[in-house]
Amino acid sequence: MSHDHDHTDPPADIALRVKALESLLVEKGLVNPAALDAIIETYEHRVGPRNGARVVARAWTDPEFKAALLEDASAAVAELGYEGRQGEHLQVVENTPELHNLVVCTLCSCYPWTVLGLPPVWYKSAPYRARAVSEPHSVLAEFGTHLPASTRIQVWDSTSEMRYLVLPMRPAGAEDFDEEALQSLVTRNAMIGVEQVSMPGRG
Amino acid sequence: MFGPHDLGGKQGLGPIDPESESTEPVFHAQWEQRVFALTLATGMLGRWNIDESRFARERQHPVDYLQNSYYENWLAGLQTLLVEKGLISHEELGSRQGAAETVDDSLRVPDEATAAKLLRGGGPTLLPAEQEPAFAQGARVRVLKRYTSGHSRAPGYAQGAVGSIARQWGSHIFPDANAAGSRRGEHLYSVRFSAASLWGEAEDVDVFIDLWEPYLELA
Repeated sequence: MSHDHDHTDPPADIALRVKALESLLVEKGLVNPAALDAIIETYEHRVGPRNGARVVARAWTDPEFKAALLEDASAAVAELGYEGRQGEHLQVVENTPELHNLVVCTLCSCYPWTVLGLPPVWYKSAPYRARAVSEPHSVLAEFGTHLPASTRIQVWDSTSEMRYLVLPMRPAGAEDFDEEALQSLVTRNAMIGVEQVSMPGRG
Repeated sequence: MFGPHDLGGKQGLGPIDPESESTEPVFHAQWEQRVFALTLATGMLGRWNIDESRFARERQHPVDYLQNSYYENWLAGLQTLLVEKGLISHEELGSRQGAAETVDDSLRVPDEATAAKLLRGGGPTLLPAEQEPAFAQGARVRVLKRYTSGHSRAPGYAQGAVGSIARQWGSHIFPDANAAGSRRGEHLYSVRFSAASLWGEAEDVDVFIDLWEPYLELA
């Protein structure tokens, strides 16, 4: 690749603009740098899709927990220690052989932060937000997901502060797996609904 | 408003092209991290709410909104709010030179512990409405056409379509009013639409949309 000496290259420019804004806000006493670090630490390392995987594996192995989760998801996941911003009004939607659930926010990027962390780039992208409600089969196909013709798709457009987490189906062959082994099978994408959970090596 | 953010059903935007889940980082550059944290931290000053924050991003020029990356839109919205709410001046933003410290005794700037507490506490949006819910479970409802210059959470693709009330979610802060600085509760419903009612000839799919009572009428 040839050298690019274009000094108006947007990424460099935006990095500088953000740095300048941060300095301005710190100088004016409007933000506390330690608070910024705490926010980043929370979402880079503590709150992420492993939370959701633990919720799903627990629901697969504990019928009482699953019933509580489907009844009042915010309360059920709070018992596992997952509560807070963008998870105040959580709903769990269950996949079955007859029904497959898919979550989108067509207007912005609403997402259940407490159990999945921050959304991936594709979830926030224009094509996903545009097509998930109008052509979900082609969206799923792009993720390599092909459902039987007998499975009906339900799309959840989260326009409000309600947040949706998909409870995927436990894959065939994982009957003997314990909760920890099950957790490792659960992907973030399956909890958004663009994939199903599969056994290792059968991706 | 029918802004560029209202993307449901838009065509010609190309493939989604997702990054692999196993390798995608939480942030793709350090500046994204900083924009995210600055947005949350300044939001904690309590000078604006989440709907004002969304509206500030949506009312950019459509070309800018669609060309920007996600966190560029966050940055644009943040700058708009900081200036409109008088926390920084347009000149300071332009020159990027720090002026005098903001003198405002009512501002409480969260420290590390307060920020962590606020993230953990979240912000539930339940708020009683003045009247009982107008629509029962199963009722057939039509989404009203709304041409407004303000913020709204009624997606354009659903306007005029007929669906049925699938769930009552209780009464929540009404975003349209909240974005204009007035806080009131309205009943919120999950409304089920067949894809055919939204798109005409379509796949055999149901779309559930969360819609507030003022967006709906009995069909």
